Amino acid sequence: MTISPINLAFKNCKKEKRPALITFTVAGDNTKKNSFKILNSIAKHTDILELSFLHNCPIADGGQIQNSTYRALKNGTTLKDTFQIAKKFKKNNPNKPLILMGYYNLIYQSGENSFLKNCKLSKVDGLIVVDLPWPENKKFAKKCKKKSISFVQLLSPTTSKERMKKIIKDSHDMIYYISMLSTTGGKLKVSPKIILENYDKIKRINNSKNLVIGFGITVKTISALKKADGLVVGSALCKEISNSLNNGQNPVTNVTDIVKKLRKKIS
Amino acid sequence: MKIKKNVPLIDQHDKNGFWGGKFGGSFIPETLKKPVEDLTILFQKLRRDKNFIKKRDYYFKNWVGSPTPFIKLENLTEHLGGAQIWAKVVSEANGGAHKIYNATVHCLIAKRAGKKHIVGDTGAGYAGKMLSMAAKKFGLKCKIFMGAKDIKRQKPNCDAMRKNGAEIVPVYTGSQTLVDAVSECMRHWVSNCDSTHMAVGSTVGPNIFVKICGWSTSQISRELSIQIKDEFLKIPEKLKLINCVGGGSSSFGFWNEFMHYKKKQVEFIGVEAGGPKNSKKHAAPLTYGSKIGILHGAAQYVNQSAEGQIEETESISAGLDYPGVSPLHCFLKDAKRARYTAASDEEALRAYQLVTKFENLNPSLEPSHAFAEAIKLAPKLNRDTVIIVNSCGDAQKDRDILRQRLGKF
Repeated sequence: MTISPINLAFKNCKKEKRPALITFTVAGDNTKKNSFKILNSIAKHTDILELSFLHNCPIADGGQIQNSTYRALKNGTTLKDTFQIAKKFKKNNPNKPLILMGYYNLIYQSGENSFLKNCKLSKVDGLIVVDLPWPENKKFAKKCKKKSISFVQLLSPTTSKERMKKIIKDSHDMIYYISMLSTTGGKLKVSPKIILENYDKIKRINNSKNLVIGFGITVKTISALKKADGLVVGSALCKEISNSLNNGQNPVTNVTDIVKKLRKKIS
Repeated sequence: MKIKKNVPLIDQHDKNGFWGGKFGGSFIPETLKKPVEDLTILFQKLRRDKNFIKKRDYYFKNWVGSPTPFIKLENLTEHLGGAQIWAKVVSEANGGAHKIYNATVHCLIAKRAGKKHIVGDTGAGYAGKMLSMAAKKFGLKCKIFMGAKDIKRQKPNCDAMRKNGAEIVPVYTGSQTLVDAVSECMRHWVSNCDSTHMAVGSTVGPNIFVKICGWSTSQISRELSIQIKDEFLKIPEKLKLINCVGGGSSSFGFWNEFMHYKKKQVEFIGVEAGGPKNSKKHAAPLTYGSKIGILHGAAQYVNQSAEGQIEETESISAGLDYPGVSPLHCFLKDAKRARYTAASDEEALRAYQLVTKFENLNPSLEPSHAFAEAIKLAPKLNRDTVIIVNSCGDAQKDRDILRQRLGKF
């Protein structure tokens, strides 16, 4: 059996005794061209890339990602564009895992099967659907698995142990732990120590699953969490794009610089 | 799709929370799974708890002012010369609209859950005003999320919220109306669900919020059913219950008690906001055949692009200015128990003028949409048909818009 690109990425990082760096950017932010350029440019420094497909009623995103989303919607980025960006990226970087992230309505309108077909055509490796929790996601997650697309299950500080066990059992290559009660990009309001305690609790249920931590992770906070299997940084990158635009600078180089810094902090 | 007899409509969903197999559900982030589950268990318990019911009824009677009046609109009936037109004057409830029922129940639940903070969304400002009133009454700290556009056009209700000690959080994203306020309120709850109770302002949102709101506003039809029997000695053979529909909380509450009657006897007519006469935008997903989509945690008919982006709405009435609609109404539409139509901004304004000319009644722009339909229907029907309009809000909050559009208030 061949190992999935996502699993391989984690395996390689473990060899290097460091967490996987997972970046999140928004398709079409700040332009369709630039969002591709950013993916392409940061790929060398990151292990897994998340790309968000747009929805204009995002109920779990904080201010930074909302800004990016509205910017991309304004310049006319569509779901079709997102798949094209993904496809182009995977053509240039066939071994870099790419995960699409977004809200269920876009999948629902496409139809689950047609959405997955487009994922396959663009060589997308995984999916995160923010508002399709377990057990409602069971059927769709199975469909993903059949197509060799990893469906990423989420866990949060409010998830009970019993529920965690069931979710982990149904999980694929990667599980995403939400560090705190927050929308994305909130200030880290829980100490890294407590986050890691919770992390350990989950790992004790099943040590073999790749568990990543996200929400509130920045250049400042990342090194304190580096014992995790993987760390997700999103809002900090979206914020960098906003800042670059405000300062008349090139978002591609600025975001790349941040990603390099993040990578250095966990090496 | 069929409605079951002897089971409350709010309970006619499957184990995943879907009415008619496809409307509703709980499309929520993982973080909210536990708080939603806790709330579901608590509500199931409380609605069977005699003391809780007693408490609810006590506050409904002594604080909200139950029952609200049921009156015949003699002059309007004479003028139109057809069916009898009656009004259930829910705007006489404390605070001036039906939103008080849901707000009161949510505060009672929050108290039981041991929460000290309560947050809510608002469009017309009534849900916010009532929640701020109830929060003050029950000693809860209150935050209201409201679109920046609505804050401007519904100033009187904003003043009331602030007077009640609530904080109004302006929402500047998207269209800056109700749809964005609900999103922002949900985001706030995601971040604060350990200390905070959330009240969704209508029969929308994840399954449990639809149920709590529908259960609360059903007070309207419980009263009405008794009042009709007092007046007519029985439920008339031809009864039409006309109500405006935005999210759908007042209409659901106005109809619930009559659900088991045959449609031939008790007809439900929901009137959505058609928007300005010459505009393509509207807030009438049921009337204009919008597709099913996911909005604010529930599957429903919703105005959206082919790709699934929620479309901006337009209506003179902030309370109806919502791209989606309650899963309960989607169910009632597909089960063919209710029928839905729309009134334009202009029709609502004309209805407001006519009603206020003939009657000592001051319906807000939301029920003015319902009156527009009643005015259209009545002349075509006989005197033995009884039309009842739910006058669910008072126009005080609309005084600036009415002054601007009609030159007087």
